[in-house]
Amino acid sequence: MKSNSNLEKVLAAGHFAVTGECGPPRGADAEIVRKKARLLKGFVDGVNITDNQTAMVRMSSFAAALIVKDEGMDPIMQMVCRDRNRIAMQSDILGAAAHGINNLVCLSGDHQQFGDHPMAKNVYDIDSIQLVAMLKKMRDENFFQGGKEIKYGGPSMFIGAAANPFAHPLKIRVPRLAKKAAAGADFIQTQCIYNLDRFKEWMKEAVDRGLHEKVKILAGVTPMKSFGMANYMAKNVAGIDVPQEMLKRMKAAGKEKAKEEGLTILNETIEELRGIEGVAGIHIMAIEWEEAVEGIVKRAGLYPRPEV
Amino acid sequence: MSEPFEPRIIAFCCNYCGFAAADLAGSMRLNYPTNVRIVRIPCSGKADIKQVLDAFLDGADGVLVIGCMEGDCHFISGNFKAKKRMRRAKQILEDAHIGGNRLEFHNNSAAEGPKLANLFNEFTQRIRELGPCPGKIDIDIPNAVAEEPNTQLAD
Amino acid sequence: MIIAQQKPLAKIEEFLKDYKKVLLVGCKGCVTVCSAGGRKEVGVLASALKLARREQGDPIEVTEITVERQCDTEYLDPLAEYLDDVDVVLSMACGAGVQFMAERYPGVVVLPALDTTFIGVNEKAGHWGERCQACGDCKLHLTGGICPVTRCSKSLMNGPCGGSVDGHCEIDNDVPCGWQLIVDRLDSLGILEESYEKMIDTPDWSTSRDGGPRKQVREDLE
Repeated sequence: MKSNSNLEKVLAAGHFAVTGECGPPRGADAEIVRKKARLLKGFVDGVNITDNQTAMVRMSSFAAALIVKDEGMDPIMQMVCRDRNRIAMQSDILGAAAHGINNLVCLSGDHQQFGDHPMAKNVYDIDSIQLVAMLKKMRDENFFQGGKEIKYGGPSMFIGAAANPFAHPLKIRVPRLAKKAAAGADFIQTQCIYNLDRFKEWMKEAVDRGLHEKVKILAGVTPMKSFGMANYMAKNVAGIDVPQEMLKRMKAAGKEKAKEEGLTILNETIEELRGIEGVAGIHIMAIEWEEAVEGIVKRAGLYPRPEV
Repeated sequence: MSEPFEPRIIAFCCNYCGFAAADLAGSMRLNYPTNVRIVRIPCSGKADIKQVLDAFLDGADGVLVIGCMEGDCHFISGNFKAKKRMRRAKQILEDAHIGGNRLEFHNNSAAEGPKLANLFNEFTQRIRELGPCPGKIDIDIPNAVAEEPNTQLAD
Repeated sequence: MIIAQQKPLAKIEEFLKDYKKVLLVGCKGCVTVCSAGGRKEVGVLASALKLARREQGDPIEVTEITVERQCDTEYLDPLAEYLDDVDVVLSMACGAGVQFMAERYPGVVVLPALDTTFIGVNEKAGHWGERCQACGDCKLHLTGGICPVTRCSKSLMNGPCGGSVDGHCEIDNDVPCGWQLIVDRLDSLGILEESYEKMIDTPDWSTSRDGGPRKQVREDLE
């Protein structure tokens, strides 16, 4: 084992993994994090704690991860390259490891243009693939990125990264996955999947190259709450591909039954994902709808979660 | 002011259209106000921003630039260039608190003498209503002279 | 070349408000080529300032000069003779020129008339685009001649990120995705497969602005 990560153990034991997500609040209220965590407890093998997602200031991923850990869960801390240079990143990694945070997902981060501080200076000292490589070097070789040895304990962390099979150019999406695997990623969480045809195509290309054996691929899913949300994602979120027929189903369901239809579509999606070669688990991003996770996991027959 | 305000208008007229049209208006015995002084230029594309600004510095209350009809420029695209350039000049006049509406660009063919005479009348009236160019120092024409020429190093 | 654009007239007026005599100095280098601070622009700004101040009832005298370059002392030296007659110098050079002028004349107030925007190219008449960030460690040989530091909004060395759609960057549909450009270019050169998966190493930004103000010395030219 590379770390004490529960997710790593679940995957190593050959179980189909389930991870969830908890977006920290735009404030200092720890109770909000605790509530979200309690909604997920027992239904997921690890909880992603987003790092100032959409470039909006939120409680730090590190701090919220500690609260989640305190709730008895295994946090998956996210770290974006937008806000920190390599000095701050390595320092936070050591700190997080010292507190027993066992998973770190390395991301580029949404550009600050999206958030409420578009006037901010961005950092991008290193990119997400270089962050993966840096963390691997810290963990496996006990060296800082700068070349000096880590004398007082390297971070044993399970290294995650993201992949978006739907972004362009499509032809380099699997090669880019290969780059992340080569840099040292242990697991991948994908962008929300709605277009299963494209996802299967991407997955097949990855499996043909044997990438699913180098890196565990968790398929990302997000339940649609309403037609409005689905339509918004389809039109306005770069890199999310919602097929027309899904939009039609959400529209046809009407206001009252939209949530139910969204969960049905999600269940069908999970069902299909489980049958695709190389998919090692799912990552449920129930954004501000954490209470739905219990039902999603149970309905998919993924409950109870394995004790490893 | 005891006398009513009479604006001083400078019309930069392209040789091939505006200037010829003004000439035609004259032969047709059409009246247009003596407020308008015509400056003949080889093409409306020759009118530049500095020239327009300096006209105001030298006592103009309004400036017209007359170019050929679109597609008829003797130099292919001079009138299009003039149109865009004058749009920028209007913005600069606005920024300089003079008002962009004291400058207008018009297309007018050589055959349109009456149309030009009409424009001269209307524009003069518009500027008359606007009043003198803000900050204008009364300069006695013909004694008015241009600013000192630019000093150039290593030219 | 260095691309610049004139500051809004109101801003220039604001910082010139206490001065009566200005030496307005243009530059025949980059800012002439990008139509921001050459002889022509000096003339327009001088007239605009005069009109604006005349309207305020506080006329200003503007002496116009355009020198070969403001980033070389030899072209700044001859300005000395004008300085006794003015209160302030308004430079229409890039940021480097403005500073070098100030350095050359320690007792003279030198103010900027332009905002220096980027190092770029003339894409077509009236359009300029950024191409270089002067990071001091050119990587164009790795990326098909398209700079990831400049053209990718996140300066990703191993892009593109997940926000690239239909050739656009996630920040704006009018911004091309730098990595889409790189991938297309590598593809058209027939080297996409062998080039793309080579990881570009973690950059050394010490050659960039991050390493402090940069200097370059050539003893053979001293």
